[in-house]
Amino acid sequence: MWHIITTSAPQILAAGLKYTIPISIVSFVIGLIIALFTALIRLSQRKGAFIIIKAIARFYVWLFRSTPLLVQLFIVYFGLPYLKIQGVFPNGIQMAPVAAGILTFSLNTGAYCSETIRASILSIPHGQWEAAYSIGMTRPVILRRIILPQALRVSLPPLSNSFISLVKDTSLAASITIVEMFEVSQQIAAQNYQPLVMYSLVAVFYALFCSVLSWLQGYLEKVTSRYVTPIN
Amino acid sequence: MLRVENLNKTFGDKKALNNISAAFPEKQTTVIVGPSGSGKSTLIRSLNFLERPESGHYYFDDQDIDLSKRVDNKTILGVRRRTEMVFQGYNLFPHLSVLQNVMEGPIQVLKKNKREAAEEAHELLAKVGLAEKADVYPTQLSGGQAQRVAIARSLAMHPEYIFLDEPTSALDPELELEVLKVLLQIANEEQSMIIVTHNMAFAQQVANKMIFVEDGQILFDGPVKEFFNTDNQRIVDFISAMTFKNI
Repeated sequence: MWHIITTSAPQILAAGLKYTIPISIVSFVIGLIIALFTALIRLSQRKGAFIIIKAIARFYVWLFRSTPLLVQLFIVYFGLPYLKIQGVFPNGIQMAPVAAGILTFSLNTGAYCSETIRASILSIPHGQWEAAYSIGMTRPVILRRIILPQALRVSLPPLSNSFISLVKDTSLAASITIVEMFEVSQQIAAQNYQPLVMYSLVAVFYALFCSVLSWLQGYLEKVTSRYVTPIN
Repeated sequence: MLRVENLNKTFGDKKALNNISAAFPEKQTTVIVGPSGSGKSTLIRSLNFLERPESGHYYFDDQDIDLSKRVDNKTILGVRRRTEMVFQGYNLFPHLSVLQNVMEGPIQVLKKNKREAAEEAHELLAKVGLAEKADVYPTQLSGGQAQRVAIARSLAMHPEYIFLDEPTSALDPELELEVLKVLLQIANEEQSMIIVTHNMAFAQQVANKMIFVEDGQILFDGPVKEFFNTDNQRIVDFISAMTFKNI
């Protein structure tokens, strides 16, 4: 059995380095950007035509939180090629598997993270806004200099949850023909008839990657909490 | 000079400001007193647009702001640039060091360069007696120290007026004294101030002018001497209650 592990582990790790890790990181970064803008749009006090943009932001969050990620992947990769619009997409929207995966993962995690960021901004005491307003700061400056730095600290644990979930959810990319870690383990299991060993092995790799993230979360929490008096 | 006329503000069915008119002379300290819920906080917060009266006029020198109309952001920013607010709860920025708290406004709003802002911030912290606390975070300060930092933060903006909303109400008497000494010193330097307070002894020392507010209306508006020698029974009762005279 040791032989099985030593020969297949490098293949699984290679798939992890080639797909799982890059897809996770790129999707999370894009997702965070989407999340920040979505949260800010939803918290904006602007009125007029802006309420349409707010409604779109709310619809987006609802849509991606209310449907399964696997179904979203299928719609984007297998479904969108059939979305033929005269003049715009005469041949449907066709994407490479990795592009479809990153797009879907980004939008999915972005929806969840936007709620995290929105809640963290709302958790900052109103007095912080008032103090900054009275100094004469504008709303964008207050957000950038006063509110978001404090909100970041609050949002780190739930954002880390989302990131860790995303890493594991990339295993669903196997279903849209991406040869990531889980897909590789399936292929090897089909050849050597050792499903227990192979799936346990791939589970260990996911756990390893997520452990690194947990450690990173701990480190970032320490850095961003240096101004808080520790509670014993 | 700063002046308001016929301010009205309601919260639900409660009239917090009932047709209030008052003037706040330059280079003087105006102290606003009155029972809790009388509208004094609403009044001082309105002066910095943290509350919006439904109607009335706000005069700042020759600027006339009609509060019954929509006031644009530029006007509000303009007023806030010339005034500063000190809060009962300090509202220091917890993620910034004491020095950075004082530097933040000058750098972000007045566009001063970092070195200049730091230099002045050090001077101001020395002035409020906290030179050695420049590099600590606000959570490591006592209430009295935090409030003195907040005062330094407001002074760094070189405001024409400083509004202080019950600046010492959260402090025990010893810490309160630290803050009051600083405020007295600033008042002596002819900084225009408006202070809401419950401390009558302090009001008597620092005020040039007193305003007594009750139920959203002004019952007294005049020189400090007159206030403490008034024969208005309501005010006499109020002062004796606040100073525990007939306990």
